[in-house]
Amino acid sequence: MEVEKFSYDNKIVKAFMIATVVFGLVGMLVGLTAALQLVYPLFNFDLQYSTFGRIRPLHTNAIIFAFVGNAMFAGVYYSMQRLLKTRMFSDGLSWLHFWGWQLIILAAAITLPLGLTTSKEYAELEWPIDIAITIIWVVFGWNMIGTIIKRRERHMYVAIWFYIATFVTVAVLHLVNSVEMPVTLFKSYSAYAGVQDALVQWWYGHNAVAFFLTTPFLGIMYYYLPKAANRPVYSYKLSIIHFWSLIFIYIWAGPHHLLYSALPDWAQSLGVVFSIMLIAPSWGGMLNGLMTLRGAWDRVREDPVLKFMVVAITAYGMATLEGPLLSLKNVNAIAHFTDWIVAHVHVGGLGWNGFLIFAILYWMTPRMWNTTLYSTKLANVHFWLGTLGIIFYALPMYVSGVVQSLMWKEFNAEGFLVYKNFLETTVQILPLHGLRATGGALYLTGAIIMTYNLIKTANSGSFIADEAAEAAPLAKDFVQHSGGWHNRLLEHKPVLFTVLALVAILIGGIVEIVPTFLIKSNVPTISSVKPYSPLELHGRDIYIREGCVNCHTQMVRPFRSETERYGEYSKAGEYVYDHPFLWGSKRTGPDLHRTNGKYSNTWHFNHMLAPDAVSTGSIMPAYPWLFEQSIDKGDTRGKISALRKAGVPYESGYEDEANGDLEKQANEIAASLKADGVEVSADAEIIALIAYLQRLGKDIKGEKTSQLQ
Amino acid sequence: MYKNVLQSIDNIEIWPVISFVIFFIFFLCLLLWVFTADSKFIDRMKMLPMEDSSPEKEKSNCKQ
Repeated sequence: MEVEKFSYDNKIVKAFMIATVVFGLVGMLVGLTAALQLVYPLFNFDLQYSTFGRIRPLHTNAIIFAFVGNAMFAGVYYSMQRLLKTRMFSDGLSWLHFWGWQLIILAAAITLPLGLTTSKEYAELEWPIDIAITIIWVVFGWNMIGTIIKRRERHMYVAIWFYIATFVTVAVLHLVNSVEMPVTLFKSYSAYAGVQDALVQWWYGHNAVAFFLTTPFLGIMYYYLPKAANRPVYSYKLSIIHFWSLIFIYIWAGPHHLLYSALPDWAQSLGVVFSIMLIAPSWGGMLNGLMTLRGAWDRVREDPVLKFMVVAITAYGMATLEGPLLSLKNVNAIAHFTDWIVAHVHVGGLGWNGFLIFAILYWMTPRMWNTTLYSTKLANVHFWLGTLGIIFYALPMYVSGVVQSLMWKEFNAEGFLVYKNFLETTVQILPLHGLRATGGALYLTGAIIMTYNLIKTANSGSFIADEAAEAAPLAKDFVQHSGGWHNRLLEHKPVLFTVLALVAILIGGIVEIVPTFLIKSNVPTISSVKPYSPLELHGRDIYIREGCVNCHTQMVRPFRSETERYGEYSKAGEYVYDHPFLWGSKRTGPDLHRTNGKYSNTWHFNHMLAPDAVSTGSIMPAYPWLFEQSIDKGDTRGKISALRKAGVPYESGYEDEANGDLEKQANEIAASLKADGVEVSADAEIIALIAYLQRLGKDIKGEKTSQLQ
Repeated sequence: MYKNVLQSIDNIEIWPVISFVIFFIFFLCLLLWVFTADSKFIDRMKMLPMEDSSPEKEKSNCKQ
């Protein structure tokens, strides 16, 4: 058969690689800043754009979507062309994908510090950016499917399956989780409320980890590890089982992020069971990776690429064992809301994603520039700095998580909480937070050394923009000889394969989510729970803007230690008007769901102005701008009508009266402050925030009174 | 709450059964597929990533 000559597009891979390194350094630096803020509040710089609440989402978004995302695209574009023996479907689409994605990152880097956020973790970007993500993601998928269709290799290697599953699932997750009601160009409300919103968000959050941080990198592992080890994967059959069972099971496990919350019990149990089952495919994959190195372990000693890969795969194994264990309710009772989760995430992020990315960068650079690595020694230094960085990061966080959790739960002989003041437990773990920052700094230093090494490597060679290759085209009258009907059916029809992968992930999603959507009584209504007043609504939006949810939960779990500390445990029915839900996932500060009446308006006023002066040793940043900026009453109308569309029962025409009610409530709060000798304009944002904080937990008190009567 | 949910979804008992059946069939088919797959085909698939590197092109990852 005639052999066709063509070339692989290395230029697009190079572009994604540069973006990976640049955004990796930026994302890590932002992360280090956030870590320092939790030890020295001074690093909040007293600016509204750089407080922890806004910096933390910037860090997570930069790392997940900019660093890991760009690395994924680099890895996919490089390996896919070679595995399918063809150039990418369209250079134009490749570059549209590249620049579109970088613009999205730029938009995130601008909007997040400005406080334009939906507050839903890893989905913080506002609706216009969500639409842009959808478009660019479709471009990526189109380019990918197109490449598969014009391939010269009849069979699709398992790495390609992982890439297809990534594309399909992320698309579904993003679309379902981003349904929102726009208010203005950069403000929207989630279409879901309370429990539903939480379930959808963590179905998304969990599977974003699965299908953005895991499946594409498993595909990358299945391609680059055999290349680097120079031997085929240990068991191809195992990789098939790994693929299908992973994508089938992963999607069910989301509710394990909401154990002991107000989520219905059956959904929690479903999440636990599937999480435990996940150990099997995850460890199958890990063992498949490590076993690929059998007989090549001597090379691991010499080759930094393999070193990084071994630690990456081991970290994958550790994180995927720890995840299911954390989803056991008794372990979760201790670990949830603490630094343990932060440690868990970073074993995955720094170990699995980071190290695998470093490995493929070290592997691809010499090959694409037709040279050898500038310095193996520096790569080894990077390896050890990175490994130490992970250890210095994770260990203190584990200790800190367990210490703080046990302090929260400690009772004295008389049956009272030993550490009644939450702050005591925070102060206790600050040295550990300091150590964690050291770990992060080590890891970042390693990445800087890598950057230098890669630049030197590239400079010592000459870049091969279009790598020549040749292969025979696919025969049109192909007759299947081996593999049987099943392989023919699945692998030769990429579109059918994509549809089947979609079905596999949809089944889990549907069983998990549909019942909460259809059955209204899943969320028992509490008659005393009323929609927020316009002023409280503004306060809530300020709470969202400032990212309070990054440190404060609104979910009192049904434990004695929590009901003693905060008050009555949280009920699903209390959240029916919460668009979006603000349960939070980490308690750096105390829970706020029972704040009503706990402190006076004046206390809140002083506390937001100078937290450290009110609670000595507090690491909460000050929010002086809330006292100078005014509530934007022009938005009230839009907010009310958007929420009504989302299902909040504001009476029709309430838009016209809303600002009147707002001013009335604001004047009352301003008057109460004045009575304590504090002068502030009734229009100041702090007034709205105080109104919102005082509302938290108020309704449920009304319920009790009505029951008594 | 648990009871509430159970009572309010019609035929709730069918959900776990459906889940189980889907699972069982899915994994049965998967295993059947994998274990009946032709070994020559599997070997060929295994070698796919190795194909685009001819020996002279394949460099060591580090300086010798």
